[in-house]
Amino acid sequence: MTGNRRRSTLFLLILAGGLLLALALAGGLLDDRALTTDFSRKNLPPCPAYLFGTDWMGRDMLARTLTGLSLSLRVGALTAAASAAIALVLGTASAAFGGWVDALVSWLIHLVMGVPHILLIILVSLACGRGFWGVTAGVTLTHWPALARLVRGEVLQLKGAPWLRMSRRLGAPRGKILRNHILPHLLPQFLTGLILQFPHAILHEAGVTFLGFGLPPEQPAIGVILEESMSYLTTGRWWLALFPGLALVLVVVLFALAGERLRLLLSPASAQE
Amino acid sequence: MLHRLQFTAKKLVRMALLLLGVSLTAFLLMDASPLDPLQTNIGQAALGTMSPEQIARLEEYWGINTPAAERYVGWLGSALRGDFGVSLLYSRPVLAVVGQRLGNSLWLLLFAWVLSGGLGLALGLAAGANRGRWPDRLIRGYCLVISSTPTFWLALLLLMVFSVWLGWLPIGLSVPIGADAASVTLTARLYHALLPGLTLSVTGVAGIALHTREKVVDVLDSDYVLFARARGEGHILRRHVLRNVALPALTLQFASIGEIIGGSVLVEQVFSYPGLGQAAVAAGLGGDLPLLLGITVVTAALVFGGSLAADLLYGVIDPRIRRGAAKA
Amino acid sequence: MEPILTVEHLSVSFTRYSRGFARTELSAVRDLSLTVEPGRVTALVGESGSGKSLLAHAILQLLPRNAQVGGTILYDGAPLSRERAEALRGREIALIPQGITWLDPMMKVGPQVRRGRGDSETRARCRAALDRFGLGPQVEELYPFELSGGMARRVLIACAVMDSPRLIVADEPTPGLDIRAAGRVLGHFRELAEEGAGVLFITHDLELALTVAHKLVVLCEGRTVEELSPARFRSGQGLNHPYTRALWHAMPENNFL
Repeated sequence: MTGNRRRSTLFLLILAGGLLLALALAGGLLDDRALTTDFSRKNLPPCPAYLFGTDWMGRDMLARTLTGLSLSLRVGALTAAASAAIALVLGTASAAFGGWVDALVSWLIHLVMGVPHILLIILVSLACGRGFWGVTAGVTLTHWPALARLVRGEVLQLKGAPWLRMSRRLGAPRGKILRNHILPHLLPQFLTGLILQFPHAILHEAGVTFLGFGLPPEQPAIGVILEESMSYLTTGRWWLALFPGLALVLVVVLFALAGERLRLLLSPASAQE
Repeated sequence: MLHRLQFTAKKLVRMALLLLGVSLTAFLLMDASPLDPLQTNIGQAALGTMSPEQIARLEEYWGINTPAAERYVGWLGSALRGDFGVSLLYSRPVLAVVGQRLGNSLWLLLFAWVLSGGLGLALGLAAGANRGRWPDRLIRGYCLVISSTPTFWLALLLLMVFSVWLGWLPIGLSVPIGADAASVTLTARLYHALLPGLTLSVTGVAGIALHTREKVVDVLDSDYVLFARARGEGHILRRHVLRNVALPALTLQFASIGEIIGGSVLVEQVFSYPGLGQAAVAAGLGGDLPLLLGITVVTAALVFGGSLAADLLYGVIDPRIRRGAAKA
Repeated sequence: MEPILTVEHLSVSFTRYSRGFARTELSAVRDLSLTVEPGRVTALVGESGSGKSLLAHAILQLLPRNAQVGGTILYDGAPLSRERAEALRGREIALIPQGITWLDPMMKVGPQVRRGRGDSETRARCRAALDRFGLGPQVEELYPFELSGGMARRVLIACAVMDSPRLIVADEPTPGLDIRAAGRVLGHFRELAEEGAGVLFITHDLELALTVAHKLVVLCEGRTVEELSPARFRSGQGLNHPYTRALWHAMPENNFL
């Protein structure tokens, strides 16, 4: 491996974080522009003034795309954090208490894994009356099992570690052991899992919104933009679908790459590579 | 033998319990929905013009005034007898709708399942065997980009390129409009399933390839491969890697069923392919509770059935289980 | 006698990350020199973590790619390059590894020992090798998980013997065996040496090394610190290095001194 892997990973993480911030800000600033209609400039292919072109209502596709990405990232961040929190609680409880708690959590994991995510998100979103909270709840409730399994495994391993058994025998209270020993060991793995959660969350949100169960059609979400573009495909307005999707792919790749690099760095097997 | 039977029975009971859980969860979620099936299906305006008796009859039809627990128990009772209720949208038994839609989707799902599994295994082997070199980088790059691409957007792109620009493949519908479904030939079916199937396979490859690669790398790092090399053995890939990757690959293949069905929901929507996924979306948007419930349960049964099949195959293939059980 | 294997000033190190962004060189073997003569057992003794196993892997050119190797290894008088080692592996140089994890869990013993060759000559040689270590024909049909620890080790030795190698590198082949079984395994090494092979016996168990070896090489923190005969070690006379003297004092029968 040439170059310094740790440094490049840090660079990627900073880039991803910076992008997240910039897009979140841009979304707020461009909100008006994304919704402004102007029929004098409708259906423009990409040109210097409108890099991503305009749609049938003359709305600037670049502004719409950036606002959509900002929306996606916000939903992604919220759902990734919320589902990671669920994973942390359930995974730790499962490993720490064992017995029926473990059995119940494992049953829940199988249950959630047994239904295709998209179908389950549709169901949860329906239960919450669709919209922002519907899709957020849906993605949150479907994305915790993998991370919960990881947390459970890590905690189990830590539980068996001699130094931990020692400090328990010395009479350290459970809560203190958890706070001082288990959480610090868990944190790196957990953060990586959280970052890797991000791409999935964003993609599922876009998919569910595309199907009509997510963000409402008046919001310029990527899923909404692409759903609208469907009607114009046969008339050759390719830019309506191409650029917003491409932008989403780029953002997701960046996060997936950053998360993957972090995971590789933290896994002991590749520490020497 | 007895041991195997016990194992199978235990798995079957577990599967039944999970299915029960899935149906209850799905039922409660749909019941919690504030969306009124009357308004979604008949519309505010139409409701306004109806007499109270008409509305009451409709409310009974959609089952609005019965308590949730009673409705679930009622549903469960008839479901166990093979009656999943009547689809509100299609006015036909849910099982008939699901059966027909699943029949349409089956081509698509099987095609994607086999292709993504085979291709994923091959790519994973190639990447793992060439770890760190360009084939590995290329394959990992492909997997990263593909798994970061929304399935429905990829479907849109393929549709744009092959159907709109090149005009090679049809835009939608697995059955040509006006043709009787029974008269559609196998080639016509394949022709229409080609693009959706391709989309599903292309995206399904990524996960299987990456996981296979990890396994291959593990095996190549193992002591026994080191020993094989120390003994000057040739064909290590065929003799040791393939042999030891086969079982995890089997698990992956069966575990991918859920993902492929999930992907088909999006892909069928884009290609307006009249399969199970499209029916699920229609049922969700139209508040067709019995149909959505039926689709959820059938889908979950497919996923659990897949993992059961993997477990049983393991027992046949893995000598540690096969011989271990014979001895016990 | 001309040595079959000569190792001179071997060093092995790995690049790895320490704290932050710094990359450090981790030296596992610093300065290792020894010779192995045909018909003799040379024992390399050192505690775990002293880099013993790396020597076996370095001789067979099996070190991972991030390893940096210095010094020279001569086999039969000529440098042992990667290509040459690859050609000699499993023909003239044989490895006897540590334990059962070195057998493919998904393959029966027979095909594994035969390396997939099914011709009658290979079958006969395999049969003879297994027979020699008291493993009947039924063992060929077993999977590794069905073997006991002792059986697995005998299978591994049979693998090495099947090729009538000129150099045998045995890497910790005895842990976990009871003293009688270990004694039998060591007896096999002695036999192999008497048939003319050079045996390099890598171990942390000093007593075992003393019973089987013609020559003792002591490894301490990645350096070979002393080379001597078992008899001289037992006498406790003229031990040059403090580590060797500490080893001698640690022997149960010398405790009271």
